[in-house]
Amino acid sequence: MTSAALRRGAWKLLEMVTTPVLPSDYLDLVSPLRTGADLRGRIEAVHPETGDAVTVVIRPGRGWRGHTAGQYLRIGVDVDGVRLWRAYSLTSPTNRRDGRVTITVKAIPDGKVSNYLVRRAKPGTLVQLDQATGDFVLPDARPAKVLYLTAGSGITPVMGMLRDTGFDDVVMIHCAPRPQDVIFRDELHDLVAEKKLRLTEVHTDTDGVLDIARLDELVPDWAERETWACGPAGLLDAAQEHWSAHGVRERLHTERFRPSIVVPGDGGAVTFSTTGKTVSADGATPLLDIGEEAGVLMPSGCRMGICFGCVTPLKAGAVRDLRTGGITEAEPGVLIQTCVSAAAGACDIER
Amino acid sequence: MTAIDPTAHLTAEQIEELGRELDAIRDAVIADLGEKDAAYIRKVISAQRKLELASRGVLLFSFFPPAWLIGTAGLSVAKIMDNMEIGHNILHGQWDWMRDPKIHSTTWDWDHVSPPEQWKHSHNELHHRYTNVLGKDNDLGYGIMRVDEDQKWHPFHLGQPLWNFVNACFFEYGIAAYDLELGKNLHKRRRKNPEFRARARAVGRKIRKQVLKDYVIHPLLSGPSFLTTLAATFTANLVRNLWSHSVIMCGHFPEGVQVFERRSIRGETRGQWYLRQMMGSANISGSKAMHFMTGNLSHQIEHHLFPDLPSNRYAEVAVKVRALFEKYELEYVTGSLPKQVFSAWHKVFRLSLPNRKPRVKTPDREPDLVAI
Repeated sequence: MTSAALRRGAWKLLEMVTTPVLPSDYLDLVSPLRTGADLRGRIEAVHPETGDAVTVVIRPGRGWRGHTAGQYLRIGVDVDGVRLWRAYSLTSPTNRRDGRVTITVKAIPDGKVSNYLVRRAKPGTLVQLDQATGDFVLPDARPAKVLYLTAGSGITPVMGMLRDTGFDDVVMIHCAPRPQDVIFRDELHDLVAEKKLRLTEVHTDTDGVLDIARLDELVPDWAERETWACGPAGLLDAAQEHWSAHGVRERLHTERFRPSIVVPGDGGAVTFSTTGKTVSADGATPLLDIGEEAGVLMPSGCRMGICFGCVTPLKAGAVRDLRTGGITEAEPGVLIQTCVSAAAGACDIER
Repeated sequence: MTAIDPTAHLTAEQIEELGRELDAIRDAVIADLGEKDAAYIRKVISAQRKLELASRGVLLFSFFPPAWLIGTAGLSVAKIMDNMEIGHNILHGQWDWMRDPKIHSTTWDWDHVSPPEQWKHSHNELHHRYTNVLGKDNDLGYGIMRVDEDQKWHPFHLGQPLWNFVNACFFEYGIAAYDLELGKNLHKRRRKNPEFRARARAVGRKIRKQVLKDYVIHPLLSGPSFLTTLAATFTANLVRNLWSHSVIMCGHFPEGVQVFERRSIRGETRGQWYLRQMMGSANISGSKAMHFMTGNLSHQIEHHLFPDLPSNRYAEVAVKVRALFEKYELEYVTGSLPKQVFSAWHKVFRLSLPNRKPRVKTPDREPDLVAI
């Protein structure tokens, strides 16, 4: 008998002893970050960055598989006793010696999780994690010239890249309302002093919103640069249009933190058949919110339609994609993203 | 059972006002739920697991009498905590608001032979909805006893003190059989029903797991203490069964609790539903430790009014609920554990014999609630 088979046998025996719970439920009491546990992390420190942004240092569990610069992390935190999941960009370099990772969070108005992390999170708190994901990353082949175009908290994935990989020729344009709102400002200025970065700060309170046409003046060779852009929808829409108009759309990589379009329609009665609840829903509210309100156990992630952490079988009826207005009808095997889908008439969600 | 409707003095408008006041109590608690509550249930679960593990560990040396005593006592308490304060309440959805998949009514399992799915149906969907409605709420005597004068007497009921005692000793099996509606489903025609068979298989699997754990694997792991550990786990199950049976009997069987006719719930309003829960349940008074060990089912009235409010909140809710009983001049049935257990058993003995039809028909106040 191999040792693996022996281990499996011993584990089976343990399961028979601990039924109805699992041996891991006992191990979680003493070692929640061990190998084989659900992926969790422990907050080790919270550093203020600006008046409303912090960097959270997390020690991930043994199951953490690392990340690529620019990727984001799904994190589940208990706010007022309620488990809430959000996605935040990783801002630590991939080769950090102590194995910790950081996310940098800016408090948004009424944001439950962001405000909790910025103002209330304490070292020692256990959080739920998911493996890093996202394709807003640097390519294997290093481009000769790079442009980072960011605004507000859109700087966070780019900071992960800046800290991780150096290039010979890097230009950055960053927009923020005022100088004191620029996250990582000191570190950016250090990079500039070391001639590792050329930086243009646009302070929108005084300069106004960045006009994309100014690129020619700010970065004359922008069209030759491999560009990573992250920020509000207005900036990204303008950038995509601009790069397309100049026939260099393939050099532009973007990351959005919010879904771009909302197409509401008629709602209907939503049945959560596993839980046995039926509630009425309008045509504009995501089914994820409807389910959470009703106390249904809904998996969730980025809440903007990119991470697929919320996919759920649609058993009956139809739903509308809030970004495109497209209708999805129930068929065996059809999965929907509840965070960007609303009821389109009566429907049945397997939760 | 009383011949006079104890709610007759209330007008329809007052009953609805009572309903609104109860809704307000509920809303206030829900708005206040937070980190402390979440920490409470996690602490209880963690304590239960540590106690169970430690007790089973001690029982590995159960041939040594003090170890047997300590281990058996600890395991009994752990099993009671699992079933009452933890299992019963989580399966009610009291902690679903936390959105923690590990502590949720749809994922939880307990140290019990009835699978959670089946128990939730018969308990949450039937008993809590049709509380104390004759012919609708099978918890009124579990189909083996007469606990109200208006239930028809049958010679079978002569033995009900014995049936009740046997049920108490093997209560978890009684509940599994009850959740399976075994009495009804063992008829030849129903026995073959695939849905029933699937449910029976699920119970079989659950029984197998429980029996293997308590009566085979744990004793085997105890080596030379095999027999004494077997005796210990059997005793712990017996203690848990007797305790939970006593607590649950006190919920609806003591004297003073009202029973309702089927027709009385036709078109029942929210206020009337609340009133039925108030009149159909009884509390147990006592120390904090007693409340905890009953899973706060000692606050049966509050639990029936708000079955999905977290159990750690029933004590504070009880103060407000009791004030409403006084305001509306209703009887809040409560008493110490010995008193209520005696009262319930007394009824089981008394109603094992036929009674004269004592019913004085209450004046009809349709569509109001009619207590009998």
